[in-house]
Amino acid sequence: MSGAVSGGPLLSVRDARVGFGTVRGLLRAVDGVSFDLQAGRTLGVVGESGSGKSVLVRSLIGLVGGGSGAVVGGQVLLEGQDLRGLSAAGLREVLGRDIGIVFQDPMTSLNPVMKIGRQIGEGLQLNRGLDGAAAARRAVELLAEVGIPEPERRAVQYPHELSGGMRQRVAIAIAIACEPKLLIADEPTTALDVTVQRQILDLLQREQRQRGMAMILITHDLGVAAGRADDIMVMYAGRAVEMATTREIFRGPRMPYTEALLRSLPRLSDVAHTRLSAIPGRPPDLARRGMGCAFAPRCTYRSDRCETEEPALTRDGARGFACFNPLAAGSRVVA
Amino acid sequence: MHWLARQVLRLAVVLLCVTLLTYLIVNILPGDVAIVILGSLATPQDIAGLRADLGLDRPMLVRYFDWLGSALSGDLGRSYRNGEPVAQAIADRLPVSLQLMVMAQIIALGIAVPAALLSVRRPGGLFDRMSASAAFGFLATPNFMLGIVLIYLFSVTLDLLPATGFTPMSESLWGNFESMILPSLTLGLIEWTVLMRVLRSDLLTTLKEDFILLARAKGLPPWRVLLLHALRPSSFTLITVLGLNIGGLIGGAVIVEQIFALPGVGRLLLGGIFNRDLILVQGTVSFIAAGFVLINFLVDMLYAVLDPRVRYVRFRS
Repeated sequence: MSGAVSGGPLLSVRDARVGFGTVRGLLRAVDGVSFDLQAGRTLGVVGESGSGKSVLVRSLIGLVGGGSGAVVGGQVLLEGQDLRGLSAAGLREVLGRDIGIVFQDPMTSLNPVMKIGRQIGEGLQLNRGLDGAAAARRAVELLAEVGIPEPERRAVQYPHELSGGMRQRVAIAIAIACEPKLLIADEPTTALDVTVQRQILDLLQREQRQRGMAMILITHDLGVAAGRADDIMVMYAGRAVEMATTREIFRGPRMPYTEALLRSLPRLSDVAHTRLSAIPGRPPDLARRGMGCAFAPRCTYRSDRCETEEPALTRDGARGFACFNPLAAGSRVVA
Repeated sequence: MHWLARQVLRLAVVLLCVTLLTYLIVNILPGDVAIVILGSLATPQDIAGLRADLGLDRPMLVRYFDWLGSALSGDLGRSYRNGEPVAQAIADRLPVSLQLMVMAQIIALGIAVPAALLSVRRPGGLFDRMSASAAFGFLATPNFMLGIVLIYLFSVTLDLLPATGFTPMSESLWGNFESMILPSLTLGLIEWTVLMRVLRSDLLTTLKEDFILLARAKGLPPWRVLLLHALRPSSFTLITVLGLNIGGLIGGAVIVEQIFALPGVGRLLLGGIFNRDLILVQGTVSFIAAGFVLINFLVDMLYAVLDPRVRYVRFRS
């Protein structure tokens, strides 16, 4: 595949693996995940906590590894360039120029002792060669763009002087400052008040569309991904278990885990006080994986084969699922 | 400014307690200045007469408040031995001690900060383990021994620096510097160890924070992440220890001034103790204690300079 040619995917991930050496053996946090992301599109990566979605995405851009003792494998191509083959300095250049990232908790992801304007301008000075004054001016413009009132005043304030939602807007301004081609949003609304979650998601979507960025939206909430992502990749125990367009997922999931996730979403049409459906059991211990499907112990559709053999991700056109007993295509989930 | 008023009040109470305690301790020390001055052949009448002249026959608390009253106006009394004003004696020797401590701190920080920054680049790596070993080695060395080893090395063997003695700055700037290098090294080489360990540990904690990850995601090179993002939020324990260590540093200075024959406050104090010159000891110890408390008060203020969140809590109206 000629990735650099226009029309090829912006980001192409092949067989990504991340393992952590622990006293109980190798913990496979990400186990052979592959996907493509086209420019301008949004991929929702959905899964429970511990499913490996954050580790996967951080490992793609070299933020896992080094001192943490992580073993990272696979191939990551950004516009055809293999990020894993780059030198540390080369990777930093790509990170600063082409990739922006927004973390979960804006209380901890902003430097508490540095003024907001400087935190935004810093990347511009380093990656875009702006001088201090120009970077400061651009920081104020970016603050205005992400919807922060009185941007001149806010630029010289510290993060603790802003509310959580405002801080996340600042984090978004930092992420988009250098006009990246890929924006990674790692559970961007999980730590926020429900009332501001929607505003932040809208802001992310607006910026993504205006700038034509590709976006990876990591979330544990299918509902968050629903209106925002073009495609969805469902992860369980470090593997991609279903991959499809958002429409297809909501029309009819093939993998029982996806179905269970959908069932656990609250619905407006439910009668008040309807009990939410929960997935029984708990996610598996990654250091003690059995031979079979990781979801089998919690699955209502499991057969004997599920206990002894691990299903591979089967492709059916653009969509894929890892299951021996898939749900029929087009089977609508009605809780 | 409410916070500041509370701090100043606390400062006053602490100083009152410290001076009173010093007075009590100094007065229960065995020995009598009158005997020291008059010699062991003096008659009891002579001794009683001298004690009355010096005011030593009055009750201790009366003498304390008397002393405190004059101390507040800057008069720390006159030495029992030679009648020299105590305040003047301290003022004459203070520059030497201050220079010693400032140089020692500069040496200590000059080693500790780079060493901590280099160790956290690869925790458990060769540099980290070597600097930890070196730190524990120096920490276990008593300063009088380190001083003697340094004299042996740099003065006796290499003949680079003077072994003892002091050259005033007014006489020769370079000579003054030369005479202070070994004493400052003696103090600094022990002091850096604690500073380095504390800073290293705080840096490791800070480096796990999300904002460090974000700084790396901006494409900043590792040294920039360390210096611009990690160092300042990691320096609070360092600053605290720096303030508290002043106490140990003063204790060390007393010994080091003795070894290197520096005319500092430490030697003044030691001489006062040997001569049972209680009023001199009282003045010197109170002065040192006040200095210690004041420095820690300033350290406390420094937090607000370093951390905008502290500023916010303290000075919001």
